[in-house]
Amino acid sequence: MHEMSLAEGVLQLVEDTARREQAGRVKLVVLEIGKLSSVEPAALSFCFDVVTRGSIAEGAVLEIVDVPGAGWCMQCAATVPIVERYGACPTCGSHQVQPTGGTEMRVREIEIE
Amino acid sequence: MCTVCGCGAGEVKIEGGAHEHTHVHADGTVHTHSHGHDHDHAHNHDATALAGVHGHAHTHADGTTHVHEHVHQGEHAHDHGHEHCHDHDHHHHQHVIGGDLDYGTGPARAHVPGMSQSRMVQIEQDILSKNNVYAAANRKWFDERGIFALNLVSSPGSGKTTLLCKTIELLKDKVAINVVEGDQQTANDAERIRATGVPAIQINTGKGCHLDGHMVGHAMQRLQPKDESLFLIENVGNLVCPAAFDLGEHHKVAILSVTEGEDKPLKYPDMFAAADVMLLNKCDLLPYLEFDANLAEANARRVNPDLVIFRVSATSGDGMRAWLDWIEAGLEAQRCKHGETVDALKARIAALERQLAAR
Repeated sequence: MHEMSLAEGVLQLVEDTARREQAGRVKLVVLEIGKLSSVEPAALSFCFDVVTRGSIAEGAVLEIVDVPGAGWCMQCAATVPIVERYGACPTCGSHQVQPTGGTEMRVREIEIE
Repeated sequence: MCTVCGCGAGEVKIEGGAHEHTHVHADGTVHTHSHGHDHDHAHNHDATALAGVHGHAHTHADGTTHVHEHVHQGEHAHDHGHEHCHDHDHHHHQHVIGGDLDYGTGPARAHVPGMSQSRMVQIEQDILSKNNVYAAANRKWFDERGIFALNLVSSPGSGKTTLLCKTIELLKDKVAINVVEGDQQTANDAERIRATGVPAIQINTGKGCHLDGHMVGHAMQRLQPKDESLFLIENVGNLVCPAAFDLGEHHKVAILSVTEGEDKPLKYPDMFAAADVMLLNKCDLLPYLEFDANLAEANARRVNPDLVIFRVSATSGDGMRAWLDWIEAGLEAQRCKHGETVDALKARIAALERQLAAR
């Protein structure tokens, strides 16, 4: 259930920004969640609705942008797409793949008015 | 969420000195939560070293005013204070990271003077950035004092506390040790640790599933560990969430016991990827189980090829030597770094005194 803590983290960033920008309302929140980030977008979305209740972001649309997993394969010496953190290289089957993309959990932008 | 100290589920209880608080929020909701008195740890002590930190005071509906640090990552922090109240017939500025003004990033992709439009504001911040700032402050605090900090993570029942007790028993004559115990409820584990004769503090996370940097900051402030000591943090028994939350430790140590499955590192890869060390515990039971220790190690290395693995039994003490040697090497490295800092400071004092004498 750490999606709840993450949703609170998102709300804090959104509230800080909205306050700074003297916004009246937050309409949209755009997150980037990597495929390898161990975050369940559905759970995060649910928690977001719960934690934003009564806040400036109540009713805001949550848009989650999936960032595909990518890794550097030592054998191929190339960046390859991976779907799991411990996934094998789709080209050579080696497990010596260092995740390089898709681990992010970021708030990209918000729409305010 | 607690607006005083930012603690997650609002139910965090740090043993000893924490007290209950009731807040009335502006919207009329009342909530009670615990928090400690010491607010002078990570928030402030090296806040100046972190770009874009500034203090914020806010007042609750009950009239109490709190000041807390407020952290921005990245270069946009200086945007503050440039914002003015816009009248409705003024154009709206678009504030963008880096301090540039861009009027063309609204959904309409155009700026029309005198017309209000809702606008997009880029944030581009890691969701965990707040925790990471607390963790970085903790790590700096440890490093300045030459303290070696470990974060022990595992499923419930892998033998973390027994392993800790054994480790403490074998090391406590050589080095000062402090322990932070994380559990949802009860102070049982901290009591077990205190029975070994070392100071321990229990953090109850309430509904929370992990410790975070902020909680540990409070705990270490209360424990006041000695310079060049060992600081052990036993996280909440959970192989999922604690992987994502940096506490400021030097290494995460994952514990897997032979009564679990060999495929656990594959089922919960994040934790084994985040750890630097894995202890395969309860190895004294191997003769009675169909557990393939080599397979378990191979699975763990598939997730994390650099993982250092020790096979141990906290009950019989087998294999503990190698694990203790690893800890002592870490302590020694921290001691050396600390010594260097102290020597560097002494050299600077000497140089300044020479300068003063020459005047």
